[in-house]
Amino acid sequence: MITFDQVTKRYPGGHEALRGISFEIGKGELVFITGHSGAGKSTLLKLAAAIERPTSGTILVNGQNVGKMRRTGLPYVRRNFGLIFQDHKLLYDRSAFDNVALPLAIGGITGREAGKRIRAALDKVGLLHRERAMPISLSGGEQQRLAIARAIVSRPAILLADEPTGNLDANYATDIMALFRSFNEVGVTVLVATHDASSTDAGRLLHLDHGAIAA
Amino acid sequence: MKAWIAAHRQALLLVLKKLHMAPLANLIMIGVIGVTLSLPAGLYLVIDNLRTVAGTVGTEPQVTLFLALDSTGTDIKDIEQRLAMHPAVRDFQFLGREAAWRALKEKNGLNDTLADLEKNPLPDAFVIHAKSTDPVAIEALQQEFSGWPHVEHAQMDAAWVKRLYAVLQLGNKAVLILTGLLGFALFAIIGNTIRLQILTQREEIEVSKLIGATDRFIRRPFLYAGTLHGLLGGGVAWLILLAALYIFNLSVSDLARLYASDFELQPLGLDASLALVCGSAALGWLGSWWAVSRYLSRLEQS
Repeated sequence: MITFDQVTKRYPGGHEALRGISFEIGKGELVFITGHSGAGKSTLLKLAAAIERPTSGTILVNGQNVGKMRRTGLPYVRRNFGLIFQDHKLLYDRSAFDNVALPLAIGGITGREAGKRIRAALDKVGLLHRERAMPISLSGGEQQRLAIARAIVSRPAILLADEPTGNLDANYATDIMALFRSFNEVGVTVLVATHDASSTDAGRLLHLDHGAIAA
Repeated sequence: MKAWIAAHRQALLLVLKKLHMAPLANLIMIGVIGVTLSLPAGLYLVIDNLRTVAGTVGTEPQVTLFLALDSTGTDIKDIEQRLAMHPAVRDFQFLGREAAWRALKEKNGLNDTLADLEKNPLPDAFVIHAKSTDPVAIEALQQEFSGWPHVEHAQMDAAWVKRLYAVLQLGNKAVLILTGLLGFALFAIIGNTIRLQILTQREEIEVSKLIGATDRFIRRPFLYAGTLHGLLGGGVAWLILLAALYIFNLSVSDLARLYASDFELQPLGLDASLALVCGSAALGWLGSWWAVSRYLSRLEQS
């Protein structure tokens, strides 16, 4: 489903975030990307989701070479992914419901059909009763779950999460990880980047060390 | 197709909601656009009305021969023959002094003044249209006619009309220049308004791009906003002109009555009105396109 072949990412200024890494992730896998901070976890996710382009090497998503893709094609590649960001990236000027509505609007789904899907997604993460709440009034854990609801509402085949439990206490973290596992059980490919190796049971591990894969 | 309509409906609804959320700021914006546009449109209106006035006067150059007051019937016949045989004359018309006197009395409300005159001061006259409309040829003709016997005076009547036309031509150029300059100002105003809107929605745009929004999706509501601003601003300009015209016409009709005329300033025609409103909407569209494209290309680089 996702294939990295000799992928290197060098940022302007010379910093090499990833050095010639190769791996393959099959459909329906649950993969944890671990490593110290600065090891290249976020970069790896950004490259996979076609947010950034590799300096060299090939990245295939569903057989498409996303590194070589034309700019106008990128949005459609990104819609394969549900993205969960380290800093949530929620929109604080609108309700929980409207936050989850955004990916559907982008995909051209509005109205009653959208409402049904949004409520289903909110229900899945246990926030249905807070649909009218503004994100600022939600707790850290709730905000993260709202971000997850937004990521899954368009039913993506792949879920990418960057440090989803980074700022949460252990209880919330376990909840969130359980959520990812439940998505994985219904066939969604899940990639989770985390510096916390303790909650990575029952999944494949991909350990990064200074931009390279450590066995 | 259905999805396309839905997408546009969605963008339009979003824009209308935003307009509704900040009505005062948007009204002021639309007012500024309206005032800006009303300047060149107003100038155009004035020039257009002047042209109408000039058109009723007649634009064809003509030469009028005034005969000496003591000319006899045979003198007139003689000149008539000369004119009929002249190769450069297309047609001519004889205006007898009595007929001209009566016509003058009936016209233009000058009756009171004329009544004071005891006898007819007008000479017999010929109004002549030349075959050529070239001012130089007509001037030569005028020179020639003034040398004929019994011709007191030969006059080119078209001179002032031509001067007026030259002035109108100048006015047209002024309208063009003003339209160009203020059109650019409008483009900048709307572009800047949209840019500010973009800045307040920076996060939304960023997130939308990350989760797979096309540039077109991001651009669409802003294009609607810019076009709507332009459209409404054009409408406001049109209303300003209408109001100004109404106020002007109150005085113009007073003035015209004094000259026993029913002249009044005419409003913008249908095509000029459409050009005003559509042009304004187009500028709004362009301004917002420019603002969003600039922002998106910057986002791409970062």
